[in-house]
Amino acid sequence: MITSHVGPLTYEKVDVDKALKAALNKSRSEVIGTVSSSGLKGRGGAGFPTGVKWNLCAAAQNEHKFLVCNADEGEPGTFKDRILLTDYAKLVFAGMVIGGYAIGATKGLIYLRGEYQYLRAQLEEILEALREDKLLGFNILGKDDFSFDIEIRMGAGAYVCGEETALIESLEGHRGEPRNRPPYPVDTGFLGQPTAVNNVETLAWVTTIFDKGAEWFKGQGTEKSPGLKIFSVSGDCKQPGVYELPFGVSVADLLKTVGGEDAKAVQIGGASGHCIPAKDFGRKIGFEDIATGGSVIVFGPQRDLLEVAINFMEFFSDESCGQCTPCRDGCPVILKGLEAFKRGECSIAHLHELRRLGETMQLASKCGLGQSAANAFLSITEHFADEVLGRNQSNGFKE
Amino acid sequence: MLQSEHDLMRCEIETLVEKLGRERSSLMPILHEMQRKYGYIPSFAMQVIADELGIHPVEVYSVTSFYAFLKDVPGGKFTIRVCNTISCDMAGKDRVARQLEAELGIKFGQTTPDGRFSLEYTACMGMCDQGPALLVNDIVFTRVTPELVHQILEECRGHFGIYAIQEEVH
Amino acid sequence: MSDTKKTSNTPEKGRGEIANWADSENAGYEFSFGADASRAPVSQRRQMIKAQQVEGKIGGLVKVTIDGHEIRVPMGTTILDAAREAGIQIPTLCAHEDLCIAGVCRICVVEVEGFRTLQASCAYPITQPIVVHTHTPKVRQARRHIVSLMLANHYGECYTCKRNGNCELQNLAEQYGAERFLFGHPEEPLFEKDLSSHAVVRDMNKCVLCRRCVRTCIDLQEVGVLEAVERGAHTRIDTFMSKPLADVVCINCGQCINRCPTGALTANDPREEIWRAIDDPQKHVVIQTAPSPRAGIGECFGLEPGVPLTFEMNTALRECGFDAVFDTNFTADLTIIEEGTELITRLYKALVEKDEHVALPQFTSCSPGWVKYLEHFYPEYIPHVSSCKSPQQMFGAVIKTYYAQHKGIDPKDIVTVALMPCSAKKYECNRPEMNDSGFKDIDYGLTTRELGQMIKEGGMHLPDLPKSDFDDPFGTATGSGVIFGASGGVMEAALRTVIELVTGEKVESIFEHADIIPVRGFEGIKYVELRVPKVGPVPALLKHLVPNWDWLDGATLKMAVVHGTANAKRVMEDIKAGGKFSHCHFIEFMACPGGCLGGGGQPIPTNPEIRAARAKAIYSEDAAYEVRKSHENPAIIKLYNEFLTDGPCGHVSHKLLHTHYTKRGKVIN
Repeated sequence: MITSHVGPLTYEKVDVDKALKAALNKSRSEVIGTVSSSGLKGRGGAGFPTGVKWNLCAAAQNEHKFLVCNADEGEPGTFKDRILLTDYAKLVFAGMVIGGYAIGATKGLIYLRGEYQYLRAQLEEILEALREDKLLGFNILGKDDFSFDIEIRMGAGAYVCGEETALIESLEGHRGEPRNRPPYPVDTGFLGQPTAVNNVETLAWVTTIFDKGAEWFKGQGTEKSPGLKIFSVSGDCKQPGVYELPFGVSVADLLKTVGGEDAKAVQIGGASGHCIPAKDFGRKIGFEDIATGGSVIVFGPQRDLLEVAINFMEFFSDESCGQCTPCRDGCPVILKGLEAFKRGECSIAHLHELRRLGETMQLASKCGLGQSAANAFLSITEHFADEVLGRNQSNGFKE
Repeated sequence: MLQSEHDLMRCEIETLVEKLGRERSSLMPILHEMQRKYGYIPSFAMQVIADELGIHPVEVYSVTSFYAFLKDVPGGKFTIRVCNTISCDMAGKDRVARQLEAELGIKFGQTTPDGRFSLEYTACMGMCDQGPALLVNDIVFTRVTPELVHQILEECRGHFGIYAIQEEVH
Repeated sequence: MSDTKKTSNTPEKGRGEIANWADSENAGYEFSFGADASRAPVSQRRQMIKAQQVEGKIGGLVKVTIDGHEIRVPMGTTILDAAREAGIQIPTLCAHEDLCIAGVCRICVVEVEGFRTLQASCAYPITQPIVVHTHTPKVRQARRHIVSLMLANHYGECYTCKRNGNCELQNLAEQYGAERFLFGHPEEPLFEKDLSSHAVVRDMNKCVLCRRCVRTCIDLQEVGVLEAVERGAHTRIDTFMSKPLADVVCINCGQCINRCPTGALTANDPREEIWRAIDDPQKHVVIQTAPSPRAGIGECFGLEPGVPLTFEMNTALRECGFDAVFDTNFTADLTIIEEGTELITRLYKALVEKDEHVALPQFTSCSPGWVKYLEHFYPEYIPHVSSCKSPQQMFGAVIKTYYAQHKGIDPKDIVTVALMPCSAKKYECNRPEMNDSGFKDIDYGLTTRELGQMIKEGGMHLPDLPKSDFDDPFGTATGSGVIFGASGGVMEAALRTVIELVTGEKVESIFEHADIIPVRGFEGIKYVELRVPKVGPVPALLKHLVPNWDWLDGATLKMAVVHGTANAKRVMEDIKAGGKFSHCHFIEFMACPGGCLGGGGQPIPTNPEIRAARAKAIYSEDAAYEVRKSHENPAIIKLYNEFLTDGPCGHVSHKLLHTHYTKRGKVIN
C-alpha cells in the first residue's frame, strides 16, 4: 500500500467549484491579472511567474493554443505531484481549466509520467465527472466563448521530459530532446502553437488563489517568493512525507518540522539541486536563495556523500537526452572521476579540472537538465572535499 | 513469425491509428498500446507504424530506444523495476535488489529463461518517502524488504496474464 | 533557413517556348534543401522571425554588438550569421549550411550579456539588440572542454584515417583543444566497423554525434537510414534495429559522407584493388571519367571550387598507369540517343497507337541513388524508369565488347574503372544483373576523393600537370555529355537533341548558344513545358521507329527536373495523387542535391556555394566544346554504324545498354 505521510495542506479546504466559477466569471485578462497579482511563480523549480507566462500566451493571435500540465514529476526525491494527483486531482484540473480560459486554449494535455500509470484510470474518472458537471467540454459553465477539454498523455520513463520543450517534443512523438530556445513554448509550442506548460502544483495553487484570493496568497512566503510551497521530504528523518510550508522557511526549520535535526547535509532540489552542508542550514528556501521544485533529501551523519554524488551522476548519465556534448559526455566523465575518488585514485588537479568541466556543463549545455547535472557534484566536492579525497576501498569516507 | 500473425498485427495497428490519429503526435500513444499488448514493440510493428504515420522505421526505433518503458526486444511477462535513486538507495534498495537476483537466478538487465521475469533498475519513481520501491509492470510496491520480495514474486507466479495482480495491491 | 543560394539564372521568359513552372501559379511548390518543409523536430529547426527587412521600419533591422563591432542585421539572424557578416570567426561543428539547425555540439557557444549561460550562436536568433562576446575565458574554457569531451569518445589514429588533413574535429582540436587529453582518449575500438555496404563504410568509433548524417538522411534526403538511438551516455547513431547498412533501405547516395565532420562515414575504397590491377601486366586497365569529378578534383589539391582540370586529370591517370582514359560523356551522349529514342517510342505508343499501358512520364535512370530510391519507396513505378543503363554501365558494356574487339583484347583481361562523383555507383556496378557483356561491366567505382588520393600517391600535383586528351576510339565527347553533371543537364542535353531531331531546326535558333537556361539552376523541382513549333523529316537514325513527326506538331511536351530525393518524394507523391507531374512526359531525377556535382563521392566539404562553383565550371566547359549535341558526336555515329547496327533501342543495344530493375520495397527483415 502506498501510505505517504501528508502534513496539513491548504488544499483540503479549497472549494473547487466555487473557485472555478469565480475565475470563469471574470474576463480573461482579469484572470491573468489575479494570477499576476498573487505573485505565483512556477512550482517546478525554475520559478517563472505564471501570470507573465499566461500573458505571453494569451497575447498570441493563433487559433489553437494549448495548456499542458507537466505531471512528469521525475526529480529524485519529489513526489508531491503524486499526492496532489491522488488526492486533489480536481483542484489541478480546475487550475487547467482556469489557465485554458485565461490564455484562450481549447485543449489541455496532462503529460503524466509512465511510473504513474496506475493513477490514470482514477484520473480519467475524475475528468469524466467534470465533463458531466459541465466543468469540462463544450461551453463550460454555459460560457459561449469557452470550450476546453483535457486529455491524458503518458510519458514512458524519461526524466528529461520534465523539461518543457522536451515534454512537447515527446507529445509530438519525438525523442524527448529539448529544443533550442528561443523561441519559447508560449510562442511556438506543441504542434507549433502557443503553449503554456505549468507544473501540477502551480495549477493547484491557481485554483486555490481563486478560492482564497490573491492577497491571501501574496501574504504568505517572502516578497520574491510569495505563497506556500509543497515539499517532498525523504531520507534520514523521522517523518518523511509531504509538507506545506511558506517560502522563506530556513533549512533548519524545515528539518525541525520533519525530524531531521541531526542531518549533516540536505539535498535541496533533487539531483539537479544543491547539497547544503549543516553550516548553511540557516539559509532560506525560496527563489532568492535556494530555489527548488520541492525535493528535500536529508542525509544523516552516517551517509557517505561521495556515494550520493555517484548516485546522482549515474542518474544523469542515464537520463541525459544525449544530444548536446557537455551533458552527454560530461556526465560519464565526472562519474568516472568520482569512481576514481572512491578507489582513492584521483588527483586534486584532476578534481579541479572536473570542477571546471562542471562549470562548463552549467554554462554550455543546451537545457536545464545539462545545466544542472553537475550541481550536486560541485556542491558536494566543495563542501565535503575531506570526505571525497584520500580514500581507499576499505576505509570509505571515515578514517 | 507466420505471415498471418503479421497481418493481424497490421490490422491492429491500422485500428489504433484510426482511433488515435494519423499524426506523428500519436506515435507515443500507439507505442504504449503495442508495448502493453506484446511486452515490446516488434520490429515488424515499428515498420507498420512508420508506414501508417508517414515516417521512417528508424525514427520509430529511435523513439522506442529513447524511453525506458518502451522495449524493442521481448522482456519478461513481469518486468520488475527497482528504483535506483538516492532515497530508495538509502532505504536499503541494494539488499532488495540482491534478494531479487537470488530469487530469480538472474542479474539486472536479464530475463528469466522461462520468460516470466525481467529485472531492471529505474530512475526515481516518486515513492521516495517509502522506499525501497519497485514497480511490477504498472503496479507499485513500496517499503519492500528482502523478505517481501519472495511474497511479491509468488503473487506474480500465482497469476496468469500481465495485469492479473492489479486487484491485489490496492 | 539555410536556403540553397539560388544561382542567378532567372528563366528568360519569352525565349523559346519554355515556361518555367517555378514562376507560375504553383511557385509555392518550389522546394529547396532543408527548407521549412523540414521534417525535423522543431528542436532542430531554425525559427524564422518574419519581419520587414527594411531599414528604419520597426522590427526590421536589429543592432548587435559582437566583440565591439556594431552591426545591424535582419531580425531573426543567428548570432553565428551575424558574426560571419562582421568577419568574426566562431567555430562550428554540428552546423551545416545544407541542414537545419541542431545546436547540439555546443562548440559555437558565445557569451551574451545579460544571460547566465552561454548561448549556441548557430541556434540563437537575434530579436533585440544584444551584446555578444565570442572569446571570453568562459567561452574558451567551454570550447576546450567540449573538444576534449569529443576526443574522449573518439577512437582512431589520425594517421590511418581517410579524413586525415580534412577533419573538422582535427581542426577544432588544433585550434581549441587542450595540449593533452583532459578526459582521456579511447585505446580500443568500441564498435565494429560496418563494411556491409558496397558504398558507405560506417565506423562509429569516430562518431562525435553531431547528427549531421541524421539530418542529411532524414531531412535533406528523406531516406531515413540513420537516427540517434538510445539516450544519455549510450546515445549512438544507428540504423533500424542496428542492422548492417546493406540490409536497410539505404540508397548509397553518400550525402552523409559529404557532411560527416570526421571519418565516421567514408566511402568503400577500391584503391588497393585498382593499384593491384594496374600493376598486373596481364590486365588492360581502362578508366572512364564522369564530368563532375573534373569540376571538383581541384579541391583535393587546395584549389578553389570550380576549377575544371579535365585534361590535367587525363595526364595524371596515364601517369598512374591506366592503359586508356575515356570520357563517360561518350556514353552520356549514347544515353541521350537511347533514352530519347525510348521516350519517342513511348510517346508514339501512347499518343498515336493509344496504348494505355505505356508508362508515362518516363523517368531517367542515370542516378543509381535515385533508381534504388524508387525501387524501395515506389516500386510500382518501376515501369516508368527508362530501361537504359546509366552512362557508367553502358560504357562498361561497350568497353568489354566493342572496344575489346576493336583492340583485340580478351575482355576477361580488361579491368574497367569508373571515376564517378558518386558512392552509389559503387553499388550500381556490383548489381548482379550488370554483366551483359558476359563479364562484370564495370569492375570498380572510384570516387573523386579516392582519385585525388591516387594522384597524390603517384607523387603528382594535379594542377601543375600538362594537359592531354582522351583516348580513341571514343575521343572527346560533346558538351551535352558534360552537363550531365549538373541538375537539369540530362534534360538540357535531351532537349538539344530532341528539338533538332524533331523540328529539323538548329536548337540555336530557339535558344541562344543552345543554352536552355530554364532547366538549369538549383531549384529543387523545376517544371518546364515545350510546345513543338513545327516538325521536320524523321532522321535516318529513327526511321525504323516512327513514320513521321506529324503527331508531335504543336504538341506540348511537359517535363520536370528534380534533384535530391526529398524533392523526388514530393514529385512522386504528386504523381501518385494524379497531380501536375503525373501529366509530364519526361522527368529527370537525380538523387543528390545539385545533381552529380554534389554527389557523395565529391570532395568534402560541400555547401551551396561550392556546388554553384562546380556547376559554373561544368557549364563553362560545355560552352567551350565544339560539338555540343549528342547526336552530332562522330564517335556515336560511328558506334551505331559499326556496332549497334540495328539502331537505337535495337536488338544489340537492348542486350548491352538496357537493363531491368528490382521491386525492393521497404520492408526490412
